[in-house]
Amino acid sequence: MKAYLGIDIGSISTKGVIIDEKKEIIAHSYLWTEGNPIGAVKNVVRELKDQLPPQTQVVAVGTTGSARKLIGTVLGAQIVKNEITAHAVGTMSRVPGVRTILEIGGQDSKIILLNNGIVTDYAMNTICAAGTGSFLMSQAKRLGLAIEELGEMALKSKNPTRIAARCTVFAESDLVHKAQIGHKKEDIVAGICNAVVNNYLNNVGKGKRISAPTVFQGGVSKNVGVVRAFEEILGHEVYVDDFGHLMGCLGVAVLAKNSKKESPFNFNIQEINFVTKGKECDVCPNNCEIIYIYRNDELLDSWGNRCERGTS
Amino acid sequence: MQYKISFPHMGKYHVPIKILMEKLVGSYGVVSPAPPMTKRTIELGTKHSPEFVCIPFKYNLGNFIEALENGANVLFHTSGDCRMGFYNEVQEQILRDMGYDFKLCILETNSRNRSLRDFHNMFKALNPRLTYAKTISAIALVIRIIFAMDKTEEYVRKNIGFEKNPGELEKIEKNFLADIANATFFQVGKIYKKYMSQLQAVPLDKPQNCMKIGVVGELYVLMEPFSNYFIEKELAKFGIEVTRYINVSYLLFSPKHKIPHLLKEADGFVTYEIGADGTDSVAKSVFFAKNGYDGIIHLKPFGCTPEVNSIPIVQRVSDSYGIPVLYFSFDSQTSETGVKTRLEAFYDMIQMKRGA
Repeated sequence: MKAYLGIDIGSISTKGVIIDEKKEIIAHSYLWTEGNPIGAVKNVVRELKDQLPPQTQVVAVGTTGSARKLIGTVLGAQIVKNEITAHAVGTMSRVPGVRTILEIGGQDSKIILLNNGIVTDYAMNTICAAGTGSFLMSQAKRLGLAIEELGEMALKSKNPTRIAARCTVFAESDLVHKAQIGHKKEDIVAGICNAVVNNYLNNVGKGKRISAPTVFQGGVSKNVGVVRAFEEILGHEVYVDDFGHLMGCLGVAVLAKNSKKESPFNFNIQEINFVTKGKECDVCPNNCEIIYIYRNDELLDSWGNRCERGTS
Repeated sequence: MQYKISFPHMGKYHVPIKILMEKLVGSYGVVSPAPPMTKRTIELGTKHSPEFVCIPFKYNLGNFIEALENGANVLFHTSGDCRMGFYNEVQEQILRDMGYDFKLCILETNSRNRSLRDFHNMFKALNPRLTYAKTISAIALVIRIIFAMDKTEEYVRKNIGFEKNPGELEKIEKNFLADIANATFFQVGKIYKKYMSQLQAVPLDKPQNCMKIGVVGELYVLMEPFSNYFIEKELAKFGIEVTRYINVSYLLFSPKHKIPHLLKEADGFVTYEIGADGTDSVAKSVFFAKNGYDGIIHLKPFGCTPEVNSIPIVQRVSDSYGIPVLYFSFDSQTSETGVKTRLEAFYDMIQMKRGA
């Protein structure tokens, strides 16, 4: 049986799926990236291999996420795609009529609008990572909570604290202040969830028409508090898929399947030693940061330089 | 004492500006543009700038510092219609505080304040032998060169994504710039024709209905490729025809850049002038939407007030005509990955739309 591997290497977590020819998920994995994309991918691939039914051969690989290029080279991927296209394709394969995709990840957030299965508009957060998962993470830590507890705790609140949503720095000082004057913890947590949603709608969703069916995904969609905040503010139901965190890698697996380019994928990458080396080119003051990637001491690829000089 | 004259970069315009200065200053000075833009330029600029100023300020200041390090003692700068109009004074103060000694001259770009006498007198102070005749002939020559340059650049921009042998157009353009630097007024036309026909002879592989994108926004980040992460080159790699109206000949001399014309072109989306080039961004977005373009890319420095004001209106154009718009805000980040991701997704989206 033929199968297709898709991997989404984000800043915070690395996700992988293997799909069969009917685009059904037959193996999936979700691990922290922990600043080591190659190591994380090795672990994800090992977990996927253990779930794989016998007699299955992975024939195409796709990568997406911020480390897509690096991992694409490591795995010899047929398809290396940006997150927006990957998420749109992945979500459409699960929820065919979807009109709006809200996505909040660890470092970035995006909105994708679709009409009749076509992406018609999208936006990503620009310079700043306010209102993303890393903000929730640091605030959970400040309140002495595990990130997984935030959602349930927010649901307990009857009277969410008002927290400035414009900017993370303002939100944080607001939060500290509110905690010190005696607001309840669950109210503050619910306030943070509202702040994330308001920030998202102001900065990413600005002026865009959000119509149902709406799907919410990315790591933050696991937080039921944020889901409830979205539903209250948008005034319609927000659908969260159990596999919501896997849409990027699912999408790129579908794209790998559609690419019709096939070559058997070898799961032995565990044993191969991949090393990356960074070097600042000193040919001109531009000092391009060049990345070299080696497989068992053999140079696979290099990138980062703006001109041909200094590649050697 | 001989003057050592320098000025900041913007795209390829150091070529005609250098000619202008050399003609006007004569033997009283040597002219060399600021050293080419590198990461060091923007690092220096950012380090010595106030945090909240827009990115053109930081690039200009970096250029000035590098020019002064190379021994420049006369710096030229331009005015501007937004807060950029005050930038030269702030920059002068910063550079003096850093301990540099120099003379700063301002080239007035706003047609309402432009005066031949002021311009002449500014150079007369450097070159006592300068006559009005010389000033006028230098201006005429340089305007002609700028028009020729902008036209060749426009041709290259539209076609560079479709070259059969990549790199040919850029090579010809480079030779053209080298040749035009030594031209007299009457030679400009001949040189332009020669290189234009060379450019047109470059074999292209351009489909009739290729993807077309228009770029609008703030003038500096549009015209200085270093500041926009070479966005036009990236677009060309996808096989996209890129159209941009903003260039120096358009900004300084085109009747189509006048407000009454722009308001007409904006077709009801704006009633009053937005300020600086904001009106232009709206007017050209309407133009692109009406003329079958597949998408619009709007560029601005982070915090650019006129362009921030134009964005909601450009968004309304986008909604009315169903034309997608991609917005970029540039500051001194160093990662190109974000820009590339968004461009790739924009391309994919348009491709999907066209396929449907």
